[in-house]
Amino acid sequence: MASDWPLLSLVTFLPLVGVAIILVTRGDAALVARNARYVALWTSLITFLLSLLLWTNFDPDMSDFQFVEKAPWIPAFGINYTMGVDGISMFFVLLSTLLTPICVLASWEAIEVRVKEYMISFLVLETLMVGTFSALDFVLFYVFFEGVLIPMFLIIGIWGGQRRVYSAFKFFLYTLTGSVLMLLAILAIFFETGTTDVPTLMQAHLPSGMQKWLWLAFFASFAVKVPMWPVHTWLPDAHVEAPTAGSVILAGVLLKMGAYGFLRFSVPLLPEATAYFTPLVYALSVVAVIYTSLVALAQEDMKKLIAYSSVAHMGYVTIGIFALNTQAVTGAIYQMLSHGIVSAALFLCVGVVYDRMHSREISRYGGLVHRMPAYAFVFMVFTMASVGLPGTSGFVGEFLVLTGAFQSNTWVATLATSGVVLGAAYMLYLYRRVIFGKLERDDLKSILDLSWREVAVFAPLVVLTIWMGVYPISFTRSIHVSVVNLVTKYETASVPRPASQAVAQR
Amino acid sequence: MTTLQLMPALPEIWLAVAGMGLLMIGVFRGDGWTRQLSWLSVVVLGIAIVLVLGGAPGRVVAFGGQFVTDPFAAFVKVLVLLGSIISIILSLDYLEREGMARFEYPVLLVLATLGMLVMVSANDMITLYLGLELQSLALYVVAAFQRDQIRSTEAGLKYFVLGALSSGMLLYGCSLIYGSTGATGFEAIAQSITDNEGAASIGLVFGIVFLAAGLAFKVSAVPFHMWTPDVYEGAPTPVTALFAIAPKAAAIALFVRVLIGPFGELVVDWRPILVAISIGSMALGAVAAVNQTNIKRLLAYSSIGNMGYALVGLAAGTESGVRGILIYMSIYIVMTAGAFAVVLSMRQKGKMVEGISDLAGLSKTHPGMALAFAIFLFSLAGIPPLAGFFGKLYVFLAAVEAGLYTLAVIGVLASVVAAFYYLRIIKLMYFDDAAVPLDKDASGRSLGLVQAVTAVLILLFFVYPSPVLTTAAMAARALFPA
Repeated sequence: MASDWPLLSLVTFLPLVGVAIILVTRGDAALVARNARYVALWTSLITFLLSLLLWTNFDPDMSDFQFVEKAPWIPAFGINYTMGVDGISMFFVLLSTLLTPICVLASWEAIEVRVKEYMISFLVLETLMVGTFSALDFVLFYVFFEGVLIPMFLIIGIWGGQRRVYSAFKFFLYTLTGSVLMLLAILAIFFETGTTDVPTLMQAHLPSGMQKWLWLAFFASFAVKVPMWPVHTWLPDAHVEAPTAGSVILAGVLLKMGAYGFLRFSVPLLPEATAYFTPLVYALSVVAVIYTSLVALAQEDMKKLIAYSSVAHMGYVTIGIFALNTQAVTGAIYQMLSHGIVSAALFLCVGVVYDRMHSREISRYGGLVHRMPAYAFVFMVFTMASVGLPGTSGFVGEFLVLTGAFQSNTWVATLATSGVVLGAAYMLYLYRRVIFGKLERDDLKSILDLSWREVAVFAPLVVLTIWMGVYPISFTRSIHVSVVNLVTKYETASVPRPASQAVAQR
Repeated sequence: MTTLQLMPALPEIWLAVAGMGLLMIGVFRGDGWTRQLSWLSVVVLGIAIVLVLGGAPGRVVAFGGQFVTDPFAAFVKVLVLLGSIISIILSLDYLEREGMARFEYPVLLVLATLGMLVMVSANDMITLYLGLELQSLALYVVAAFQRDQIRSTEAGLKYFVLGALSSGMLLYGCSLIYGSTGATGFEAIAQSITDNEGAASIGLVFGIVFLAAGLAFKVSAVPFHMWTPDVYEGAPTPVTALFAIAPKAAAIALFVRVLIGPFGELVVDWRPILVAISIGSMALGAVAAVNQTNIKRLLAYSSIGNMGYALVGLAAGTESGVRGILIYMSIYIVMTAGAFAVVLSMRQKGKMVEGISDLAGLSKTHPGMALAFAIFLFSLAGIPPLAGFFGKLYVFLAAVEAGLYTLAVIGVLASVVAAFYYLRIIKLMYFDDAAVPLDKDASGRSLGLVQAVTAVLILLFFVYPSPVLTTAAMAARALFPA
């Protein structure tokens, strides 16, 4: 393993170097803005290239954490700065570093005011996202996880749409409420076991009675973040009001933090409670899949429609995570990665026409294929991927989740499958209304097709979507061992131990 | 025992002597010398810090058991002295601008600080009362320092009347305790409780309740908080800043020392009181602040809430609880100082303004100040990675360890409500446009410096937190002899 230099920390904190450069630039406003754009783009690109080294150096046959770094942070309490990734988290790091330069590029012309602050927010956000996925200490994780709220609050509130203030507050307070309960759970675990080191905690056994309370506290935080029905209502608001790039990050990465939390903490640390609460998660997920799909069908606003589709797609993810067999969990992770790229791309697609017409209403458009063939093609690829057409990334994730779920609970799988049909309905309906039909409105007759910058934004996402759909093994190979490890451990640990044995264990 | 030990009280003696000296200089030089006197007081307080740090490292009892120095006292004393220094620096420009530049101001601050140091080192009910009154009397005067303004005099009077009431309750508590245990010294009281095998007589419990009520008044905890918003709003802003910083630390420390020291064995008796006070403060601090329009009133409610969080650690009544309090207070002082440095910079067309809405659009007109204030507010809301988060982390850790889950859950939920009003200010600064922008050179050099230094401290605390944490842990250990 070539990890004599702290690769993960470099990837995590490199964006802050960009922030420092942006901060020290002086000059007139136009120059500062131009400089901020370029610095942000280059920093995030270099970060992305560095993070690719994580993938190439990743050992897919090892179930342990890799690229582990450890340094004392708060020695008085035995809290360390511990970083590391395994097959579950590695691709989320990559997803974060991939989407950041894309966001910077997508905001190149769309953001005109306070460019400097905007780029700083995104770079800080990148640090916090990567940190969340690679932190292996509970307190450290919480710091990153919760810190995300600050830049995201500012992004929605400063550069958002009409009701940005309401949405920013709703986003912040919803997530904070869940998270503070998780903080108490973390403290209780620290008190019980005397450590916040995640790998150590995975070997520990927490008392069965305590597990349920802790699980619920974690659930309060992660379920809001995923978001699961019925605590999803912040998401449509936040998505609609956020600037395009904000929606991209929100859908692409922030939603994954909740599901990642389930996989990293709830399942391995609290296996008995996980088994106990699985029916609850199933029920909420199935409602999410069917109900939000129906809601999506009725939307008039493109961003809102995609936002509701996100809730439905994350419903598959939670089903997959809690079905807890190798296929389903792999599927859930795959679905998250796929959704991270596809929904991000769909928001970018909305952003393209929004930048031109300043409207997100579906009825405002129609017949765009006549003027924007390249755009129609790109939009089609992502619509199909969102529907789950074989050959696109969406298919692999959904298929694995449903197969896995079928082994665990037939009814859940059957009901969830109906969501696939609904998903096809609302996405195709959206596509038909926006792209096909007659080009009737006068102002649409002069609309321009994708610019080179926009092509550069979409090209990597199109390639990835097809690659993930056609040759999934390049990704699943790295995911597999960690998932097998998680599932086997869960199967032995999820049976409640007899009291005497549990005491002996402590 | 017979030799009079003066060395442990060296910082206090130095402050008393130097305070008299400053008074003399003031009398002979007159009000024109206020600025020089202020800087001299900063130097005096700075020397006191050196004396505190240079004192004997362990626990030393002096004056026949009336006075104690230990790492706990040293920690809090440094906090108090730093708080006083910052308060003086914050007041420099304001005093001159608002025609308040009278030489008594820095002298009174030095004397109040002396009172606080005595409080922190109290090892006897008499010393406790002596320190408390010295502090309070000096503060009553500065609250009414803008004597030709009705708001300020009203604040001073209110503070005085209610303060006297609380001192009365505290004294009554002390006398009940003396009646039940036959002692005023903390060690003797503890001994008498031990002799009784930890069973408290009715008189003793009543005494503790009155004592706690008096102290709760001083830290402005619910239900003895009513004076806080009015006094905070009415007093001149640098005085408000002063109230919010050093006396809070001293009073909390006194609270801790009294309850953990002589009454440590009776923790089950006084814990319910503390839990109630703490829940009440956190809840009221969060809810009542939501509708405020005056920034000083808002910060008053915020400080009530913050005292609630600090008292969570005391309710735990454990070593880690005390550690949590010390960490919390250290961070609280820095945040509050910074926040008041911003409030003191709020001027429109040369006049001070206090409306929260006057901050609208601050991020466009004063980006640096807005950023600093945003850092303080996010930190007060307890969002990581800012320092305020770590303060909350350690008090809640103590609460969880002590099994006070209800208290912890209510506490964190109150912090979400509180986050709402902190965010409201950030919204004004960052999301809205300015109606009337604040003056361009509002901060001045000294305020700008305080803002920058405190903001950096709060922002980067997480990088290397161990010095504060380790010292706080050491200080807390001093109160719990193994």
